[in-house]
Amino acid sequence: MSVDYSKYLRMDKLPLYWCPGCGNGTVLKALLTAIDELGWDNNDIAMVSGIGCSARGPGYVNFHTFHTLHGRAIPAATAIKMCHPDMHVIVFSGDGDMTAIGGNHFIHACRRNIDITLIVVDNWIYGMTGGQYSPLTPTGTKASTMPRGNIDPTFDVVELAKGAGATFVARGSVAEPVMLKNYIKKALEHKGTSVIDALSNCHIQWGRRNKFGDPVKLVDYIKSVTVSQAKAAKLSKEELEGKYITGIFVDDPTKKEYTQSYKELIEKAQAKA
Amino acid sequence: MSNVEIANGNELVAEAAIAAGCRFYAGYPITPSSEIPEHLSKRMPEVGGVFMQFEDEIASVIAAIGASYAGYKSMTATSGPGLSLKQEGIGLACMMELPLVVVDVMRGGPSTGLPTRVSQADYMQARWGTHGDHMIIAIAPSTLIETYTETIRAFNLAEKYRTPVLLLTDAVLAHLHGRVEIPDISNFEIIERTQPTVPPEEYYPYDVERFGIIPPLPNKENWRKYKFHMTGLNKDKTGFPTVDSKKVEEDEERMINKIMNNIKDIESFEYYRVDDADVLVIAYGTNATAARVAIDEARSKGIKVGMFRPITVWPFPEAQVFDLSKKFKKIIVSEINLGQMLYEVQRASKGNSEIFTVLQAAGVPIRPQQILEKIEEVSK
Repeated sequence: MSVDYSKYLRMDKLPLYWCPGCGNGTVLKALLTAIDELGWDNNDIAMVSGIGCSARGPGYVNFHTFHTLHGRAIPAATAIKMCHPDMHVIVFSGDGDMTAIGGNHFIHACRRNIDITLIVVDNWIYGMTGGQYSPLTPTGTKASTMPRGNIDPTFDVVELAKGAGATFVARGSVAEPVMLKNYIKKALEHKGTSVIDALSNCHIQWGRRNKFGDPVKLVDYIKSVTVSQAKAAKLSKEELEGKYITGIFVDDPTKKEYTQSYKELIEKAQAKA
Repeated sequence: MSNVEIANGNELVAEAAIAAGCRFYAGYPITPSSEIPEHLSKRMPEVGGVFMQFEDEIASVIAAIGASYAGYKSMTATSGPGLSLKQEGIGLACMMELPLVVVDVMRGGPSTGLPTRVSQADYMQARWGTHGDHMIIAIAPSTLIETYTETIRAFNLAEKYRTPVLLLTDAVLAHLHGRVEIPDISNFEIIERTQPTVPPEEYYPYDVERFGIIPPLPNKENWRKYKFHMTGLNKDKTGFPTVDSKKVEEDEERMINKIMNNIKDIESFEYYRVDDADVLVIAYGTNATAARVAIDEARSKGIKVGMFRPITVWPFPEAQVFDLSKKFKKIIVSEINLGQMLYEVQRASKGNSEIFTVLQAAGVPIRPQQILEKIEEVSK
């Protein structure tokens, strides 16, 4: 069944500000399709972002939208969820925003297990500022501030989120948008902090420096470096070098959700008072 | 009706916040502000509000801004180093035009400085700490009871003008224990943000043409049905980014004018024994208490001296100081720093008065005796 996206988009704000072929649109479409399948009301959704290309995403959708400072989407999203615990709160921001300048907030949101969904639009680069390397820029590849190739090791967003205590963690990519949509849908339904590492293409700032200036070529490349969990299980450590495993890595509904804990704290305080 | 309590300045700020309707507090531990979060961690759940200790100072101010966006009256508290970290967030609240109260319990600096000792050295940081052109409201209570009443006023001004308000207390006021008669809350006017009454699809958070210079902003009850966008970028009336030079400049000017055009409502100051005075002391906050003692002592010795005390310290009471400069040949500026308000007094007095100082940045309060000695020296 086709989705009427005009129900979710602020049509008067189009066209999108993103470069033609940008993966941000694919990730946003996956999110809106997941929301449509869930049948959520726009009034019940808040979408928050930091700074960067993908962080402009919330501006285009007809939800409660809040475009904060670089790296600071998560504390704002946490506050909105605490103020309105029955709202659906989504953070939609980039890899630099979420894992570098906002890294502290990212791990602490996972630790609290507050019911917000963190979508890391992971395009391996700081796009808006001109292609500087991020904590997710593959080692050895070029960036405007790593002209001889990146010497920094990268974060594995999945392991980072797992280690910090997130109770739903999945990785998908724009090369397989239906699968990405399915993971996002599961993340949205999950009660607790859910993290989606959404591998995305920035053929302009990452691609042009690394012989992938064409969006189709880059999406094909992303596809070639991703492997499903089932396939990965059959590969050796050497064969998995440089590969991104896709799938759902954590789905734990048993850990207590933070707004629930806070609600119980209020009940305790009020019973005593 | 009033309540008599033994309390310190930090606890009074916390209680006043609750009385003013604050239902969201986010903070990070920092001396000498700690009793504010400690008290609110007990009290907020009792009144059904949110108390959260965040991972850092930045997260705290951003969470408070997020809560304000979501319709809640919100507050964060800190001290000098934390205020430095929160400054980008304070600018965000200025740009988004969201009500917010930031308490700064001033301590010595720069850097880690003197965590447990008093200072008034954040006076200029309060005004100019965040980048970009902006106007700020900052209030400096001087006594225990004022920490209570001025906290309520801080919330009222934040809500009324859709702006961050800084409350500048200090390590002495924070930890001064005393008997305080807290007036019943019915004695206070509690101001709430103006509510939109238009259909949700017609509401925009910066539609000044339709709503006037300070557009309405949904409270927590109305928030769900009014969906709107906010950004830290220069924005148009809909809340969306714009680089249109004309719109940007108009908006920047309006954000300053919404405060400066209402200065009569925002300003607050005290004239103490100035009517027949020959010499004037200008002091604020804790230090004004020392100045008051010095003035009474000087008066008992027959020296005619008075005090002008800004309570709203920003915007600076420029017109009042200019008028005073025409009357007083000699003005003594005293503050617990190496001279910050001094620059404002020099600017506003336009060379009319000779300006003397009693300044100190040693981590200890200025003693009344130090101010008295300067009064005597100047009066000779």
